[in-house]
Amino acid sequence: MRKFLASCTILAVSLIGSAAMADQPVRIALLVKSLGNGFFEAANRGAQQAAKELGNVEIIYTGPTSTTAEGQIEIINALIAQKVDAIAISANDPNAVVPALKKAMQRGITVISWDSGVAPEGRQMHLSPSSNALIGQTIIKLAADELPEGGEVAVLSATSTSTNQNVWIGEMNKVKGNYPNIKVVTTVYGDDLADKSYRETQGLLQTYPDLKAIIAPTSVGIVAAAQAVSDAGKIGKVNVTGLGLPSEMAGAVESGASKSFAIWNPVDLGYSAAYLAYELAAKKAQATPGGKIPMGRMGTATLDQNREAAMAEPFKYDKSNIAEFKSVF
Amino acid sequence: MSATETSPGRVIPDRLTGPAARVLRSWETLLVAVAVAIFTFNSFASPYFLDPWNLSDATFNFTEKAMIALAMALLVIAGEIDLSVGAIVALASTAMGYALQFGADTPLLVAIGLGVGLTCGAVNGLLVTRMGLPSIVVTIGTMSLFRGIAYIVLGDTAFNGYPESFAWFGQGYVAWVFSFELVLFAGLAALYAIVLHLTNFGRRLYAIGNNPTAAAFSGIRVERTRMALFLLTGLMSGIASICLTSRLGSTRPSIGTGMELEAITMVVLGGVAITGGSGSILGVVLAALIMGLVTFGLGLLNVPGIVMSIFVGGLLIAVIALPKLFLGGSRWRRSPSR
Repeated sequence: MRKFLASCTILAVSLIGSAAMADQPVRIALLVKSLGNGFFEAANRGAQQAAKELGNVEIIYTGPTSTTAEGQIEIINALIAQKVDAIAISANDPNAVVPALKKAMQRGITVISWDSGVAPEGRQMHLSPSSNALIGQTIIKLAADELPEGGEVAVLSATSTSTNQNVWIGEMNKVKGNYPNIKVVTTVYGDDLADKSYRETQGLLQTYPDLKAIIAPTSVGIVAAAQAVSDAGKIGKVNVTGLGLPSEMAGAVESGASKSFAIWNPVDLGYSAAYLAYELAAKKAQATPGGKIPMGRMGTATLDQNREAAMAEPFKYDKSNIAEFKSVF
Repeated sequence: MSATETSPGRVIPDRLTGPAARVLRSWETLLVAVAVAIFTFNSFASPYFLDPWNLSDATFNFTEKAMIALAMALLVIAGEIDLSVGAIVALASTAMGYALQFGADTPLLVAIGLGVGLTCGAVNGLLVTRMGLPSIVVTIGTMSLFRGIAYIVLGDTAFNGYPESFAWFGQGYVAWVFSFELVLFAGLAALYAIVLHLTNFGRRLYAIGNNPTAAAFSGIRVERTRMALFLLTGLMSGIASICLTSRLGSTRPSIGTGMELEAITMVVLGGVAITGGSGSILGVVLAALIMGLVTFGLGLLNVPGIVMSIFVGGLLIAVIALPKLFLGGSRWRRSPSR
């Protein structure tokens, strides 16, 4: 009888023990470049949404005061000490944080990078906000969607040697055939300078009087182009679109100089990063080249050879949502 | 009448307090009390605090800055200051990274780190001693100069790919949880304590800090001593740069930003008079420990960095001001020159 009672007690204790284990939330640290940055605050909101959806997930939103690798390493050490389940980092330096993150992985912590990546040996996977192909497809779609009749479109780029812009325009040209009514007439270079971009836009307006849209895949160029269009009194005739920041583009969207533009959505990015970190930490998925990991409402991340994945096409901002995001970033 | 006369044979004390009271009321005792309080608080506040490996990781929060603080303490005691130490760390790291591109091996990298530190210290020292410029002005200038060079060389790029053997300085362990950096810091602290408290050189620093003119008239070579101190601070910045670069395995021009203020905070919190003339190495070591315990303890509670800076600032003011407010300025003494 005594033995029976004893084994009952042991059973009960072990049951309580395992129940307590199951109640332990999965703790995911969202480690950002620095605190007090609207972009990352928005990413945190997304991560909290993911936590609510997944249930039993605790998000630790943290980051240094200044954007230094040393500051992030101190925090990584503190996170390792707390035995968090996962670290999702937007790194200030792709290499300097590697030794600290390696240590975290050795101690069984899931490590992923998002937004600003870490060298492959320091993380299990990286989530980019978008891919070059998706950006190229988006910028021409933004222009075409506003032009059902078709028409002439020009590109205002940064410098002729900027890698990013050249790749994006290249990707755009690949899908140009899908929009037979859209005629891309020229590409001009504003060198990412506000005044030069403004003058190049004025030139475009004079050279191509029938121009219907300007695509500027640069946050400096798009603002200057919108200003030039509005100063020339061509609002409603020429639509400025491309990649820009909501805080800088709010005026142009409100005046109508730009009907819509795109950039990554930090809320979605934080949501996806937290979701992926959870899937990996809970051992529901593995970060292997070619692997597919679910990320809730954002679909599925497919990893490439470097264990990198693109989240989605850039997010479209227009009159319906600009007010909400202009104070974010 | 006879009552007011001093009776023969009674010993007239040459101090107002006995030796035991002096130890109890010293600045270092206050710091020990603060350290114990923070240690106890952290142990209760976070279940992860009392773990040898976690505490070992925590030491990296302060070792490099504290190495610089040792030399900075000597400089401040002698009435000078060096605000360029963080920039020296950056320049030394950049020079090591540059040499790495030409295939420099670990011994050469270390030599370059130390050499650049010494050279920068010499620039500061010469400007102060030969030109007679105030050190705060000179080092504000060289702070921008040294870091500016690092930015010109690197721009927004980085040097990395340091050899495995070089990684040992910042990531290696001498025994169990004792990292190379911690052991090096302990050794250096002992050395500095001996130099400051037990040698003629150390005594001269207090004399210079209290009154450089009187020190010069009593035969101390003031300028030569100051020059030595700037060289020493440069050298320590070089050592800190080697440790930090090795720990990060990468050099960016922003490396070591703000180190000068953290080192000076340790010095001031450690009881060294910012006006010169008093202070002890023990105090600085305790202050470094306190800063490390506070930042790590708050980190474990996931307190944001901004709040952490407020806390460190508040601690500094509290530790310095409260004894004066509540006990009167004369009772809690900073260490007198010994």
